[in-house]
This record gives sequence, structure tokens and C-alpha cells, in this order.
Amino acid sequence: METGFDIALALLLLCVGGWSVIARNMMTAVIVFIAYGLLLSLAWVRLHAIDVSLTEAAIGSGATGLLMVIAAHKVAGDTKRVVQLSRGFHVLAAVFAALVAVGIAALAFVLPGEPSSLAAPVLERLPDSGLGNPVAGVLFVFRSFDTLLEKVVLLLALIGVWALARDADWGGVPGLRLFRERHSVLTLLARTLPPIGFVFAIYMTWAGADVPGGAFQGGTVLAAMWILVMVAGVRRPPRISSPPLRLAIVAGPVVFLAIGFLGFLAPGAFLAYPEGFAKPLIVAMETALTLSIAVILGLLIAGPPKGEDAP
Amino acid sequence: MSAALLFWLAGSGLIGLSVYGLIVNPHPLCKLLALNLLGSGVFLLFGVIARRGASAGLGGDPVPQALVITGIVVAFSATAIAVALLLRLHTEAGEASIDEEDGQP
Repeated sequence: METGFDIALALLLLCVGGWSVIARNMMTAVIVFIAYGLLLSLAWVRLHAIDVSLTEAAIGSGATGLLMVIAAHKVAGDTKRVVQLSRGFHVLAAVFAALVAVGIAALAFVLPGEPSSLAAPVLERLPDSGLGNPVAGVLFVFRSFDTLLEKVVLLLALIGVWALARDADWGGVPGLRLFRERHSVLTLLARTLPPIGFVFAIYMTWAGADVPGGAFQGGTVLAAMWILVMVAGVRRPPRISSPPLRLAIVAGPVVFLAIGFLGFLAPGAFLAYPEGFAKPLIVAMETALTLSIAVILGLLIAGPPKGEDAP
Repeated sequence: MSAALLFWLAGSGLIGLSVYGLIVNPHPLCKLLALNLLGSGVFLLFGVIARRGASAGLGGDPVPQALVITGIVVAFSATAIAVALLLRLHTEAGEASIDEEDGQP
């Protein structure tokens, strides 16, 4: 029964993934890609990786999909396929891609027989941190440097996106397309859903210490609520020069770094937690990160600032 | 046939599909989509490796799982920049294309 489900899921993944590659219409391709992301998060559940599944559904499918939908809508005009590829080239590309796929698939049969695993060492040291979720433990204790840099990457991405604004628009309002229809279903949703989403996001962040969830997943839910409010036109996106906004953006990385440097004082190493204080420090860090992640994700999707008259 | 092996095959198939899409689709947005698909296929392979490392009562090795989470976030950041670049190109040139200028009328 379970194998049957897995086979169906694997086939469905290949079909839906293939559909989004060959779809003629760009919007179709993007929407199929979102569906693909949701199917993929099911596959992650089957691989016993609930944390990854939540992230894939929220970021890989939801946030990436939304970015692509906005982009596909804006470039919908250029349907002209500029490069006319010959049939021979298509066949050549297909053969090359098939070789790559077969080569990687064949690796499944030459993987070393005895898989190595860090699960046991992680579980052995996890109680010291006060966390119950091993993945959160890896993210915030054992490999917290990775997590810190990941937040910095998000920050850099936002700077990169803002840098693409025209000089005249700098400091202005992000050019998210608004749907200002006063009595639409979207407006109703944007007014009723956010309170529920807020509670859910806080729960996800808090529960992430012990069960699947965490700052990133909670932050994405918050971001989704904010985007809903902006898209429905209930609230305009803020000016990117607004000081509270800038503060919210850097809060996460700053708190993270501050706690990291605090480690020099107590246990004597960067990003090390003083004994007995690991859990409260991690929760403080996660709270600041949730806020920053929500704001950064929302702004990344809202795009660079754009003047009122600009196209 | 175990779930791990099945999803390994699915992951490699997805990588193949997206490599094909990356080569033949001329529009930058399609290429970006294929690149994201390629990334998800690679992550899936990594997930299978995490699943093979199931031990000590856990369903999978938490270290590769945490790395995949970081990977998904970094992939999203890269996509956000790429989309912003693409849209700016579209505003400037009237069309997003990665072709040489002389191909334009």
C-alpha cells in the first residue's frame, strides 16, 4: 500500500515537473511549478523530513511560486520565442539530459553499503541545548554558523533587489501590483485571515524547538499574511527608507551576531552558548529571526521600489 | 522497492528533465524555473541520503535535512535576485531576453 503510494507520487512528480518544463505558456508553467512544490513536500514527508517538507511547501513552492507568478504576469507580452532551435538540437539536448539522469540514477546502486549517519551524535548532545527537535538543534546549535550566514544571504539578496531601483525611486514604495477592488473576496480574506495566521506563525516558531517547525516556517507564514494584506490593497507597502522597517530587517542578524559574540565571554567561542542558557538564547534569537525573515521575504516578493508614474 | 530508492530515481529523473528545459527553453524566466526544478531534484537526492542515515530512532539523519533547509532558503534568495534582474531588463529593453543585441530588429 505504502509502496503503491510512493510509486504514484514519484511518477506524479516526474509528470508534473516535466509538464512545467515543456508548458508553452509561461503562466501555466509557473502554476504547475507551484503544484509540483506541494507534491514534493509530500515526498519529503515520505522521507521522514517534516521540517524540510514545511520549508519546501512555504518557500520552495509558495514564496518562489509567488515571485514567479508576478514575473510571469509582467513578462507575459514576450511570448516570442527568440531562438529558433533546430530539431537536431532538441534531440541532442534530450540525449544529454537523459544521460545525466541515467548517470545519477545509476549512482543509487553504487552507494556505499553501510550508510554513515550523524543522527546518533546529534541525539546524544541534543539534551544539552534544551531543544527537542534534532533539525532545530543542527540549525541553531551544531551548525549555527550556516544559519547565521543564511540570514545574511537573505539580507544581501534584499540589498541586491533594492539596488535595481531607479535612482529617482530610491527610498520609495515597492512596486507591488495592487488589486484595489474594495468588495472583493481578496479584501475579505486580507481582513480575516491575518489574525489566524499570526497566531499560527507564533505557534510554529515556538513549537519549532521541540517538534517540526521553527523561525523560518513561522516567518514565512507571517510574510504570507503581510503579502496578502499588501496585494489586496488593505495596507500599502511601506517606504523602504522607513527606519522601523530597516530595524526589523536587521533585528534577526544583529541579535544572532550579538549572541554569537556573547559566546566569547561565557564559554569562550563564537556562537557557543553559556551552559544552561542555550534554550532561552535560542528562543530570543528565533523570535528576532522570525520578524526579520517575515519582513525580508515580504519585501523580496514586493520587489524594488518604484515611483507612481513608472511603468 | 524502498521509498528511498524510488525517490532517488525520481530525483535523478527530475534533474534530467530540468537540464533539458534549461537548454531548450529560450526565455530567461523558463530557465529560472528549470534551475529551481534542478535544485529541488538535487535536494531530493540529498533527502534520500538523509533517509539512508536513519538510525538512533530518528527517521533520517538531521544534518543533511538541516542543510537542505538552508539550501532551499539560499535558492529562494538567488531566485528573488534573478527575478528582479529579469524584470529590470524587461523594463529597460521592453523584453526579457538573453540574446545578443544584433538578433533584435
